[in-house]
Formats: sequence, structure tokens, C-alpha cells
Amino acid sequence: MLTFTIRRLILSVPTLLFISLVIFMLLELAPGDPMAQVPLTVPPEVKEKMREALGLGQPAHIRFWKWLVQFFWIEPQVLIDHYFGTSFSQGDLRVISWQTRSPVMDIVIQRMPQTLWVVGTAYVVAILIALPIGIYSAYRQYSWFDQMGTFVSMVGFSVPPFFSGVLVIVIFSVQLGWFPSIYDTTLVVDSWDSFVKQLQQMIMPVMVLALQITAQLSRFMRASMLDNLNQDYVRTARAKGLSEYVVVMVHVLRNSMIPVVTVIALGIPSIFGGAIITEQVFKVNGIGQLLIGAIQANDLPMVQTLTFIFAVLIVLFNLIADVLYGILDPRIRYD
Amino acid sequence: MTDAAKDKAVQHSSVQQESDKPARSQWRDIWDQFKSHRGALFGGCLFLFICLGVIVGPFIYWNDAQFVPTGRDFIKLRDMRPIYHMLWDPSAKMDWAYPLGTDNLGRDTLARLMFGGRVSLAVGMAAMILALLLGSLIGVIAGYFKKLDGLLMRLTDLFLALPLLPMILVAAVLFREALSKSIGPEGGVFVLIVCLIGITSWMPTARIVRGDVLAIKEREFVLAARSIGTTPRSIITRHILPNVLSPIMVSATLGIATAIITESALSFLGFGFPPDFPTWGRLLNDAVDRMTLFPERVLWPGILISLTVLSVNYLGDGLRDALDPRIRGR
Repeated sequence: MLTFTIRRLILSVPTLLFISLVIFMLLELAPGDPMAQVPLTVPPEVKEKMREALGLGQPAHIRFWKWLVQFFWIEPQVLIDHYFGTSFSQGDLRVISWQTRSPVMDIVIQRMPQTLWVVGTAYVVAILIALPIGIYSAYRQYSWFDQMGTFVSMVGFSVPPFFSGVLVIVIFSVQLGWFPSIYDTTLVVDSWDSFVKQLQQMIMPVMVLALQITAQLSRFMRASMLDNLNQDYVRTARAKGLSEYVVVMVHVLRNSMIPVVTVIALGIPSIFGGAIITEQVFKVNGIGQLLIGAIQANDLPMVQTLTFIFAVLIVLFNLIADVLYGILDPRIRYD
Repeated sequence: MTDAAKDKAVQHSSVQQESDKPARSQWRDIWDQFKSHRGALFGGCLFLFICLGVIVGPFIYWNDAQFVPTGRDFIKLRDMRPIYHMLWDPSAKMDWAYPLGTDNLGRDTLARLMFGGRVSLAVGMAAMILALLLGSLIGVIAGYFKKLDGLLMRLTDLFLALPLLPMILVAAVLFREALSKSIGPEGGVFVLIVCLIGITSWMPTARIVRGDVLAIKEREFVLAARSIGTTPRSIITRHILPNVLSPIMVSATLGIATAIITESALSFLGFGFPPDFPTWGRLLNDAVDRMTLFPERVLWPGILISLTVLSVNYLGDGLRDALDPRIRGR
């Protein structure tokens, strides 16, 4: 198992390098000009200087190499410096945003907590709702509960987050006035009142994100339970005289959780992607909104770094899912 | 399917017809199974209805989607409420000539919804066809030719590891200008969005098709075809492709659904079509700013997107059951 993990880790390096190259080439081949916003009265030689100041003077392969060095070599050093007070990165040039002229990673770190809070809570809530629904609708297949679950998850698949988000805003904050429609990130939770406020503003984005995840996860849980409920070992367990609760919740559930756990791991990066839209609807200033703003402002270093971070998340969680599958299911050992 | 199961299927689907009738075609069986799936039938009807309404509607309906009133008409026609508002607020500004009201520029909402539906559905269909062609081509080639298998599947894995939504957003912004210049603003954006969605959603189809081709390739009838000297090309087109048609059809329906959602998301984020060329996502986006005053402008496009996707998903569900010979006839 360890050799498999190490092999996969080593294999993911060229994958990530290739993905970063693809992202770089996409930005490189695009006909957009980062100097397009500069007024026409600026003389061409000044424009050329500005271009060089942004690091655009060199050929593409050198810029790509510089970005790689900055992202993989200098940024980790900055992180180490930050934690241990050393000074490895003294004087090194970091990835600089064109919008704010400050290091990209600093802004990302600022924005990360908001996204993690909303997305993380939504994911946990979704798992807590989806698993019992999946278990019960598999146990009572074709009952009215199961039919309802099928319908609700079909709706959850079909209603896009930008509509469900707007819908809950119209209902709960415009008509009923229960929750604020805009997520206030400056709120500091230090008392009971501010905690309630935080809870109120988190409910809607979390519910919108959780609906989508619940829809997929509960279907998956149901299918996985159904696969296991007809197995021979379940009959054996019943024949031994075990109680129904133990049969379902211990024997069947533990086996059906194996694929579900990997699906949960695989879904995490796609949630970050989906959160882009939800963040836009509820005006949460997380990394999704940062990405949208950077694209609109033609801030290429920021866009490249953020897209690459998404790619790293996908590759990382694919790896985690594969390893988890091997650990949980002894029938699947890769070596 | 065994003979007994077949008999049972025939009896089940049409009791009055005895089994001494001539053999029924495969498509007839599929249709019978499809009919028995209530959700699928309903979804299919709803989808057809939406398509028809969107295609035929503008010919029957009297208002023009692109018409913007000016001068005094503008004041008179703008911000009209839907006629069903009469039920609870008779004093609201409305007119029977504008059943769903007008927007803040005086454009008719129903006409814009129909126009937007045409664009949304056209984008969905075109992107689905592109993704399907790419996916089937890569899947068949990877499954049939062993030499290319590893390479093409690594490519598929790589595409699956790309952060697709961010990349679509980036590409939609960066390539818009250039394409608009060469093809025109609407056509350029249409081609761009169809290509982006198509290129980023072929991977599931390719994987499924490859798996099926790998299994079918080893069957006796393919061996027989090869032994009488059939070229690989005609083996693929005559013997393999018809047998992988059912997974392709199922992923086609699901492909429409995801394409419509992706396009609406793009338009919603402001990276899609220009405002005078509405799609459902764009209409939703335009209405969000004033949704406290005019919630119906948000609701209608959203409901239409959701209903279309829901109906297509149900259609796909029923199609999967109907095309699977193991389930059919039970």
C-alpha cells in the first residue's frame, strides 16, 4: 500500500506539471492584451516599459519556468518563514497580482477561510443528511419515502445553484425577511448575538450547496446499500439471529460505506468549483469570487495560480480517494 | 435474453397479442419499456412541449423579443407586471397584451423567454452533439486499437483532472473578442460556448464507450466479421457502433442537461451571451439586481431551466432502463 501511495504521489508530479503547462498555454494563446486597459495617450515606449515591469518582456518558456519556481520553490519558503521566523525567502520575487501588486498567495490565504467555512459546513451538513436518507430508502426500497427521496434528489440534480440560491433569497430574505441576503465577512464572532448572526447568514448558502451534494450522495448511498443488502453474508447474519439493526447498521453499512467514502473524497474539489457560483449569488468574498474578479480584471498571475490550486485539489483528492479505497477494501490492493 | 424471458416480455407488454405473432422489433420492445416508466414518459412529453413552445411560440406570439420601445411608449410599457398579479393586486400595472409583463426597458418577458429558450436549447444540443462525437470517437478508437488505448485514456484522465469551470470561464473571456471579430458578436459567442462545453464534457462518454467496445470486440460475431476480411473501419461502423448505441444515447440526454446548466451558469456569471441576445441564464442574471421588486423576472427563467433539466434527466433515466435488455421486459 505504501509503495502504491508513493508511486501515485510521484506520478502526480508530471500530471500537475502538465496541467500547469495547459493552463499557462491557455492564458498565453489567448488574444487578450493585459495592456488593453491602459489609455491610448500613453506613448508606446512607456507601454513597453510597463509590459516589462509586469514581467511580460521575456519569451514564454522563461516566464513559465519563473512561475514554476515562484510557485513551487519560493512560496513554500515564504510559508516556512511565516511559521518558523526564518528568512529563506528574503529578497526573492513572489507571484505578484497585477490588480493589487501584492503577492497572490497572501490574498488567497485571506480569502480561504470564508470559502472553507461555507463549503466545509455545507459538505458536513450534506453528508449528515444524505447518509440516513440513502440508508433508509435502500432498506425500504420503492416505499413512499424512497420515491420521495428519488424525486427530491432528481430536483437537487436539476435545479442549478444560481437559481436555488436566488429562489431562497426571494423567499427567505425578501418575502419573509428571516436571513440577510448578503454574507458579511467582516462579522467577528465574539458574543452570542454575533454567533446567531453568523448562523443566520450561513444558513442559505450552506443549504443551497448542501442540496446539490445531498442529491448525489444519497443516491450513491442507496445504490451501494442495495448492492450489499442482497449479498449472502447478510442472509448469514440474519440466520445467526442477529437483530435487524445490527445487520443493517453494522454489517451492511460498513461494507456499503467503502465506495461512498471515496465518492465523498472525490467530490470535495468539485465543490470548490461549484462554490464559485454560490459565492457569487450570496456575495461571499471567498476564492471563487476572487477568481471571477481576477478574470474580469485580466489579472493573469492570479488566474493562473487560482486555477492551478483548483487543479492541485482535484489531483490530491483523486489520490486520497484511491488510497482510501485500497485501505478500506482489502479485496482491492494495488500491489 | 432467454426465450422464456422474451415470452414473458411479450405477454407483459401486450396481453392480447399471442406469442405466435411474428417477432417484434427491438425498438418496439424499447418503446414498450419506455412507456411503462411514468417519470420518463412525463419528462419526454414535458421536454417536447418546451421545445415546441420555444420553436413554434415566436411565430404565434404577437410581441417581438428584440423590440425596445422609445419615447413615451417606453414609460408606458416598462416594468409591466404579469397578468396573474390581478389575483391579489388589481392596481398593478399590467396589460393582457403582455401576459408575463415587461422588463425595465419595456421588452416583453414572454417573448424574451421564448427567444432565450431557443438559444439555450440550441447551445445545449450543439454542445451535446460535439461532446458525443468527440467522446464516441475517442472511446471507440481507444477501445478498438490497443496501441492508442493507453495514450488516449491518459488524455481522458488528464482532462478529468483539469479544473473545468474555472478554465471555461477564463477561456470564455480571453477568446471572446477575437471570435466576435471574425464571426460576429452573437455567432462568435455561440461557437465559443458550444466548443468550450463540448471540449470539456466528452470524457464520461469516452470512458463508457471504451469499456463497451473492449467487451464487444472479443465477441464471436466480431471475430467472424474479421475472419471474412472485413476492414477495421467497417467492423467499427457496422458491428461495433450499433451495439454501443444505447450508452451513447443515455449520455446524450445527460449531456444536454449538463450543457444547458453550464451555459446558464456562464451567462449568469456574466461570461456568456450579450444582454440583447438573451438566454435563460442571462435573463436570470439581468433580473437579480431588481429581484426584490420584480421576483417574477427571476422565477420564470429559473423555473424553465430547472424544468428542462429535470425533464431531460427523467428522460435519460427512462431511456437507460428501456435500452438495457436485462431490465427490459420485467
